[in-house]
Amino acid sequence: MSQTFSLDGQSIAFEPGQTILQAAEAAGVFIPHLCYHPEFKPHGSCKLCTVKANGRQTASCTMRAVPGMVVESNTEEINAERRALTQMLFVEGNHFCPSCEKSGNCQLQATAYHLGMMSPHYDHFFPNRAVDASHPEVLLDFNRCILCSLCVRASRDVDGKNVFALSGRGIKTHLIVNAKSGRLTDTDFTLDDKAAQVCPVGVILKKRQGFAVPIGERKYDKAPISAMTEQNKLTEEG
Amino acid sequence: MTYNLETAQHPENLRRVAIDPVSRVEGHGKVTILLDDQNKVHQVRLHIVEFRGFEKFIQGRPYWEVPVMVQRLCGICPVSHHLAASKALDIIVGAKKLTPAAEKLRRLMHYGQMLQSHALHFFHLCSPDLLFGFDSDITKRNIVGVAMAHPETAKRGVLLRKFGQEVIRVTAGKRVHGTGAVPGGVNKSLTIAERDELLKDIYHIVQWSREAVHMIQKVHTQDPGLYNSFGIFRSNFMSIVGNNGDLDFYHGTLRARDDNGKLLFDHVDYQQYNDYIEEEVRPWSYMKFPYFRSIGKEHGWYKVGPLARVQNCDQISTPFAEHERKEFIDYAGGTPMHAPLAYHWTRMIEMLHAAEVIKELLHDDDLLSDDLMVKGERQMEGVGVIEAPRGTLFHHYQVDENDIVTMANLIVSTTNNNQAMNEAIRHVARRYLNGREITEGLLNHIEVAIRAFDPCLSCATHALGKMPLTVELVDVEGAVVHSLSRD
Repeated sequence: MSQTFSLDGQSIAFEPGQTILQAAEAAGVFIPHLCYHPEFKPHGSCKLCTVKANGRQTASCTMRAVPGMVVESNTEEINAERRALTQMLFVEGNHFCPSCEKSGNCQLQATAYHLGMMSPHYDHFFPNRAVDASHPEVLLDFNRCILCSLCVRASRDVDGKNVFALSGRGIKTHLIVNAKSGRLTDTDFTLDDKAAQVCPVGVILKKRQGFAVPIGERKYDKAPISAMTEQNKLTEEG
Repeated sequence: MTYNLETAQHPENLRRVAIDPVSRVEGHGKVTILLDDQNKVHQVRLHIVEFRGFEKFIQGRPYWEVPVMVQRLCGICPVSHHLAASKALDIIVGAKKLTPAAEKLRRLMHYGQMLQSHALHFFHLCSPDLLFGFDSDITKRNIVGVAMAHPETAKRGVLLRKFGQEVIRVTAGKRVHGTGAVPGGVNKSLTIAERDELLKDIYHIVQWSREAVHMIQKVHTQDPGLYNSFGIFRSNFMSIVGNNGDLDFYHGTLRARDDNGKLLFDHVDYQQYNDYIEEEVRPWSYMKFPYFRSIGKEHGWYKVGPLARVQNCDQISTPFAEHERKEFIDYAGGTPMHAPLAYHWTRMIEMLHAAEVIKELLHDDDLLSDDLMVKGERQMEGVGVIEAPRGTLFHHYQVDENDIVTMANLIVSTTNNNQAMNEAIRHVARRYLNGREITEGLLNHIEVAIRAFDPCLSCATHALGKMPLTVELVDVEGAVVHSLSRD
C-alpha cells in the first residue's frame, strides 16, 4: 500500500524514493519545471518547480516525498515567484518568439503562458551570443539557452560523448561545446544523439526544418503544458 | 521630372510647417514645408523618420527563419514580405518550380492579402476624404463618420477585409504573422471544411468588389477637374507582369514604361534586378530613392502599385476585372493616366481581380493536396519579387555554406514610390498652399496626395488610422505663430 502526502490539499500517493515532482506527475498534477527530465538525474537549478514543503521552500524535483508531508505549489505567492524566475530567463537571453522556429513547441514559452507572464518586466540584457552553424545537420543558437544542462547530462550520461558543458560562474555561466575550436562540427555529435532531442528551448535545432509544422498543429497549440503528460512533453510531435 | 521644391536655396529665412505624423497611412512619416513671409512654398519633403534596420539583423540568422522574421516589418501586408522572402529562399534551396498545390496555396494567401489590404486602405483610410471632401468637417472625416453616413459602405469595407484575413488564416495559420510558406513550398494545405467556409462567402465578396469599383469610378468621373489633376506629375512606371502580359501579383517578369507608355524594358528576370535598378540615399530621409540605371537619378525614378500595374499589363485574366480595366483605359484616352487619385480606381479594380482569383482557386482541388514541398540543388544567392498591395517588393539574400544569411537587400514597395510621393505633395503644395494661410483642411490636401499611394511608411499599424497630429507654424525666431492639433 502506497504512502501519501498532501499537495495543495489533494492527497498524492507515492512510492518510496519518489520525489514530490515525480509523484505529482504520476498523479497528473502539474508543477512547472524546465531543467527536470524524467530520464535524467534531477539538477535542481531552474527553481521553477519550487514548492513549500512543510512550510519551507524547496525544489520539488530533488525533495523526496515523505508520508504526511504538506506541500503547497499552485499558490499565488509561489506562482508569482515562478513568473519572476521565468521573466529573468527571458531577459537574460535573446528570446524572440515571433521569429523563433521553436515557438509553439517551446517549454519556456509554454511555461510563460501557463504562468500568465504578460511582459518581460525586467530590462533585457541583450547578450551578444554567436550562433554555431558549423555542423552540417544541427544549428546551435546559444541566444536561447536557459542553462538547464539537459544537453550536458544527455551527452555525458546517455551518449557518452561529453559534447556540452556549462562554463563560467554565476551570471557568466554559459553553454560551451567541448572541442578545441569550440565548434560543434569538431565534435562527434550527431542528430541521433540523445542530446539532440532534449533541449526544452530553441538552442539545439535540426537544420532546415524550421516552421515545417503549421500553426495549430504544434505541440502546445494542441494543449497547454499543464494538461500534457510527461511523455507528450518529451516527444517532438506531442 | 525635376527635384523642384526638394531643397530651398535659402532655408534660413523661411518658416517651417510640419505634418507630423502623417495620418491615415500605415506607419510614421512627416511632411515639412518651408514658407516665406508671403506663404510662398519653397521646400516640401516627405520624411520617413523611423530607422528599421531589418537588412542588418537578418544577417547571421539561419535562412529558414527569414520568411517568418521579415514579415514583422509590417502588420498590414506581412504576407508580402513572407512570400517575397520565401520566393528568394526557394532559389536558395534549389526549388526552381514549386508543386502546383504549393504555388496555388501561396497565391491564395497573397490574393487574400491583396483583398484585405486594398479594402482596408480604401474603406477605412481613404473613403472619408473621397466621400466627404478633403477639407470637410474633421470630426466626421474618419471611418466612424463613414459608418454614420454610409453604414452599408462601412460594413462592406469591414467584411471585405475580414474575408481577406480569413483567407490568410487558413493558408498561413494566423491572420497576422503566420508561417504558411517555407523555402521550397508551404507547410499546410486546406481542409475541405476550410475551403467550404470561404466558398460560402466568395460570391458576394466578388459582387461587393464590383460595386466598390463602380463607386470610386463614379466619384472620379463626376469631378474630372479635381481627380484628373490633383497632385499630378508624369513619371516612368514599373511592375511585374505574368504570362502573356497578364496582371499578376504573385509571379512574373519585370516590365517598365516611360511616362508615355513606351516600353523601357520587358521580360526582365528579376534575379537580375540589380542591373536595372539602383538606390540613391539622400541625407534627409531614411527611405532610399530607387531609379532605373539606364536613365539615371534625375529622370529614372518611377512609380509602382495599382496605377502602374493596371496600366502596365496587357490584360487581366478574370472577366469582371478585365471589363473594369478596359473602362479605365478608355477613360484615360489611350495614354497613361498619371493622376495620383486614379490609384484609388485602379486599386479597386485590383481588389475585384483578387476576389475573382480567390473564387477560381477555391474551385481547384489542388488546394487540398498534400504534395507541398520540393527541393533541388542548393544555391548561394536568391532574389524574390512579388507585387505587394503597395507595389513591387524585392527581397535579395546571400546564404553561406553553413545556411547563415550573409547579405540581405530589401527594396520595399513604398520605397519605389518615394520620389513619386514627394512629387505629388510638391504639386499639391504649389497648387493649394502657395500664398494662403495654412489650415487643417489645406494640410489634409497634402495627406490626401500621400494616401493615394497607400504608403506603408515604416510598416507599422494603426487600427483606425487616426493618429495624433500637431501642426505648428514657426517663425524664423522659433516662435510658434500658429498651431493646430488633434488628439
